[in-house]
Amino acid sequence: MALPSYATPVQRTYYYFYLFFCGVVFFFLIAPLVAIIPISFSRSPFMLFTEGMLAWPPEPEAWSFRWYRYMVGICTDKNLTTPCSNRWMVGTVNSFFVGGISTLVATVLGTLAALGLSRPHMPFKGLIMSILISPMIVPLIITAAGMFFFYAKVNLVYTFTGIILAHVALSTPFVVITVTATLVGFDTNMTKASQSLGARPVRTFFKVIMPLILPGVISGALFAFITSFDEVVIVMFMASLDQLTIPKQMWAGIRQEISPVILCMATCLVALSIFLLTTVELLRRRSEKMRGISHR
Amino acid sequence: MEVNISTADQILTTDGIPLKVSLRKTERRNKIRAFLLVFPLLLFIIVTFIVPIGDMLLRSVDDSQINEVYGKTFEEYKKWDKEKDQLPPEAVYRALFEDIGYGDKLKIGRAITRMNYSKSGWKSLIKKTRRQINKIVKSGELPTSYKDTLIEINKGWADPTFWYSMSQMLAETTPIYYWNAIDRTYDQDSKVIMQSEERRIYVATWIKTFKVSVYVTFYCLVLGFPVAHLLANLPLRYSNLLMIFVLLPFWTSLLVRTTAWIVMLQQNGVINGVLVWLGILSDDGRIQMVYNMTGTIIAMTQILLPFMILPLYSVMKVIPKSHMRAAQNLGAKPVRAFMRVYLPQTIPGMSAGGLLVFVLAIGYFITPELVGGKDGQLIGHWIAHHLKTTINWGLCSALGAILLGIMLVLYWLYNKIVGIDNIKLG
Repeated sequence: MALPSYATPVQRTYYYFYLFFCGVVFFFLIAPLVAIIPISFSRSPFMLFTEGMLAWPPEPEAWSFRWYRYMVGICTDKNLTTPCSNRWMVGTVNSFFVGGISTLVATVLGTLAALGLSRPHMPFKGLIMSILISPMIVPLIITAAGMFFFYAKVNLVYTFTGIILAHVALSTPFVVITVTATLVGFDTNMTKASQSLGARPVRTFFKVIMPLILPGVISGALFAFITSFDEVVIVMFMASLDQLTIPKQMWAGIRQEISPVILCMATCLVALSIFLLTTVELLRRRSEKMRGISHR
Repeated sequence: MEVNISTADQILTTDGIPLKVSLRKTERRNKIRAFLLVFPLLLFIIVTFIVPIGDMLLRSVDDSQINEVYGKTFEEYKKWDKEKDQLPPEAVYRALFEDIGYGDKLKIGRAITRMNYSKSGWKSLIKKTRRQINKIVKSGELPTSYKDTLIEINKGWADPTFWYSMSQMLAETTPIYYWNAIDRTYDQDSKVIMQSEERRIYVATWIKTFKVSVYVTFYCLVLGFPVAHLLANLPLRYSNLLMIFVLLPFWTSLLVRTTAWIVMLQQNGVINGVLVWLGILSDDGRIQMVYNMTGTIIAMTQILLPFMILPLYSVMKVIPKSHMRAAQNLGAKPVRAFMRVYLPQTIPGMSAGGLLVFVLAIGYFITPELVGGKDGQLIGHWIAHHLKTTINWGLCSALGAILLGIMLVLYWLYNKIVGIDNIKLG
């Protein structure tokens, strides 16, 4: 995409302006996420760059791990009035619990459905697909309202069961979409070959189909996990303090006591998303290689 | 499979069954098998998601609860000839007395709230009346004329406007919440009129929601188009690396990104700090960029930008580079070649990204709630407000239903243009 050597000065100017503009947009996309990381290591109780942090040569007193200690519930620091509790850790445990179970259920249900949907004989494919994807499409606030009314009738509000059911419903579309995408171009001759060699359907599934679609299934599971892990609207209405999750605690934190503890958790979540992003990207490439689709 | 040819048109399998029948049987079995795989999830989604949404839609028109409380009164009320008598007959007063005196306390309380939506004043009227009626019921001395007793308890019962407003509550269903959702209400003759000045908030909020969504979509398109173009045309080594800048925000928690914007935009925040440090702003001239509309639009643009870039990228990726070269070879200036050859080919990507961003923006709740302050609130705020704070679930459902209707129309368009199963992630 380099500029040809015969480009006119006007074209050159346009080209460099275009590159500059793209640079600004990339900066716009990434800057907020990068900015919060150093502030989370600040000593000051405010969410900003203190003068000490910006000073040259660096001042070690301006930096500390104190907010991370707060986050994990070590409240030995007596100089501060910011409330300190083990809520963040309770939230983390709950988030992993809810996210883990929702992911498991969503992945099993979603993968089965994707296998069915990719069969050539599936009746009412379009209609069923739109029903299955609908939780992803409807705005969360509407979903939350509808589920709140309905789950209240059957006493599922303020329970883990209710939240997990809601999260499974929200995250299955991601599993269905990713697994269906993996199944596009799936060579059905392989299952036929396996069956003609005497394997029963279950054995064929675990020995032939599963290894081939595994990258898609794992990607789908990671999408499902992050959906549940980050979900805040449903949790806001349907969870009591007993079902405190990280997003619920963050929401409360932003609303009430703005302290850098939130940024510590945010930094951890950014690290988590980098990890998930890398995994999904590696899986995608592996899947393309396995299915013989060359990387464009 | 071995086949016998018995006649010219009928082919039999080895079992002697016509091949057509046998094939149809296999086909049906395959269909059932495919459906059985989908069935568990379909059932799950219907029970945990579709039914609750349907329940909400029913709730937005439901008015049966009030009929439960005032069943007898409404029955008598329907017999009242409004042309002949100014006030309802004795039987209506008697039924009302009994409905309030012997009815379930909790249900009456809930019905009061609903009555107040029709005409303010019902709440205090019923509350005061109920207290007196309870006394009379307890004393056991039932009145001879219920009409006089009730009017004696409260003058409101002699006021025909209260009685007229009751006519809106008779049906099991009511459109009143939908009218409320667009700042309308009923007058005493059940005609639709505008809400009183200070209660008109929803039309303005709907317009604001649309405006913000249009702005955000426009900014996303302007910012996303060049970036998608760059990513699609760079060598893979570089574009994969730059793609991280798009995908990382996409994968990061919404709350984290919203918090990050508060840190960036607040008065002591990063942007103001940099501007002051550069000498562009004076220290007391810091700009208020968060807790208002500006903050909402900036944050939402950044959060939704990946949803614009990714569809644009996948469309631009497959446009052959030779097209632009061919156009220029044939004598078109770069600008003309771009406008006439390149741009038309990106329209599917622009419409897909645009609709996706618009649809997501219109239902946004978290970001406006946190960075919007008072004037950056969108319609989602009011849905949440009526769900949790005022417990006006009818209005909450009606607002939700309207929003849902808008979404469905937009998705139908999206489906026409791109196809719903063409959604790709990452």
